[in-house]
Amino acid sequence: MSDVFTRITEELIAGNLKEVPEMCRRAAEDGVPAQEILDKSLFPGMEVVGQRMKTGEMFIPEVLRSAKAMQAGLEVLKDRLVDAGGSSHLGVVVLGTVQGDMHDIGKNLVGMLMEGAGFKVVDLGVDIKPEQFVAAVSEHDAALVGMSALLTTTMPKMEETVKALAEAGLRGRVKVMAGGAPVTPKFVEQIGADGYGADAGGAVDTAKQLLGAA
Amino acid sequence: MIIVGELINASRKAIAAAIEDRDAEKIQEIARRQAENGANYIDVNAGVFVGREVDYLKWLVTTVQDAVETPCCIDSPDPAAIEAALELHQGTAMLNSISLEKERYEALMPIVAGTDLKVIALCMSDEGMPETTDARLGIADRLVNGLVQNNVPLENIYVDPLVQPISTNQEFGMAFLEAIEKILARFAGVHTICGLSNISYGLPERALLNQIFMAMAIGRGLDGAIVDPLNRRMMATIYAAEALAGRDEYCGQYLTAYRQEKLSF
Repeated sequence: MSDVFTRITEELIAGNLKEVPEMCRRAAEDGVPAQEILDKSLFPGMEVVGQRMKTGEMFIPEVLRSAKAMQAGLEVLKDRLVDAGGSSHLGVVVLGTVQGDMHDIGKNLVGMLMEGAGFKVVDLGVDIKPEQFVAAVSEHDAALVGMSALLTTTMPKMEETVKALAEAGLRGRVKVMAGGAPVTPKFVEQIGADGYGADAGGAVDTAKQLLGAA
Repeated sequence: MIIVGELINASRKAIAAAIEDRDAEKIQEIARRQAENGANYIDVNAGVFVGREVDYLKWLVTTVQDAVETPCCIDSPDPAAIEAALELHQGTAMLNSISLEKERYEALMPIVAGTDLKVIALCMSDEGMPETTDARLGIADRLVNGLVQNNVPLENIYVDPLVQPISTNQEFGMAFLEAIEKILARFAGVHTICGLSNISYGLPERALLNQIFMAMAIGRGLDGAIVDPLNRRMMATIYAAEALAGRDEYCGQYLTAYRQEKLSF
């Protein structure tokens, strides 16, 4: 059985869009619980992809391909997961690029890798006002907020978002992390956020640490 | 080909330090070397200094202009900083950049209206970054028409169709290249410009991709670039591509670059 998991993991890392869903379907039809396929092949595969991206062994197009293969696998398993009472996850993450900023590439990568790591991701998109973050945290009962900014001019919105979460009384139950080219660990500390991601793989590591899932 | 030298940008750590230390010699050295290596404009950016941008930008303009005759490309979204910098600037500056983002558009249009400033028109709107050729054309259309209606002549407008990385979508390179061609065809006399290093984001050996993409864009008509003029391989690529695209009379610039030993490494 472990052999099947290893093979799915390998195909996922290779970004094989045909084989991954096909192998997931076969494994499920052979009676392997969908949750187990997810936990023992797809999540570990994306974990490797995230690490290899961090070390520079894999590049963005390859990560996107693996993420797509993961989605194709999930699609096959979805109905079976629902039958079994739904997929468990590490927690809800609300992601968004802050107000005034339209950059979404980094944020999207973080979202894909977080999903791949087992978080439930609510991606708000770009140009997200502090109050939109606040509303989403309440609505989805999020454990973590991930803010992205690619412009020095929009970085102050990160601080405003942290403050807005505090004013809404949510800061006690939600961790906040920030990332994007101009963002530094020092800045994250200054604005009172909890964590920093230097890249998409690093963001996933930080998220896991913050939520005690590492 | 209009070359905007991109090095004096405060998002680079060494430049930020030089600005904070008011190290005029260092800034002037970088300005001089860019001008000597083909820059037609020297970009000046003090954007990372929230609250102090006005003073720093003014200092950058006077410092650069004390060293070179090459005009500046004022790189800021803040109308107060731009106006302060323009007040000090000698000669005709370039502005980097107006876009269709409402706040930016409304803040910058009154500054360029009716002037002889050169202006970069960045294809970005409040709807986000354009992904397709058509989305770029739609934004370019509104920007160029808006500028012309405000008495900015076409030949002073440099449309930047916005380069997006092929690592996230393999179509992004061609969408940009086709936009260059169509914008130039639609608005006779307008220019195009871009900072193109974003094309290779997320991929290895970025310099290779950047150079080849530059050549492809020049082949489609690109006639401006925001680059590092000290990057010898990139500059050689530009000279070669211009000659190959039939925009270098009697291959004069190419041969001059050859004699100045700018084409070998």
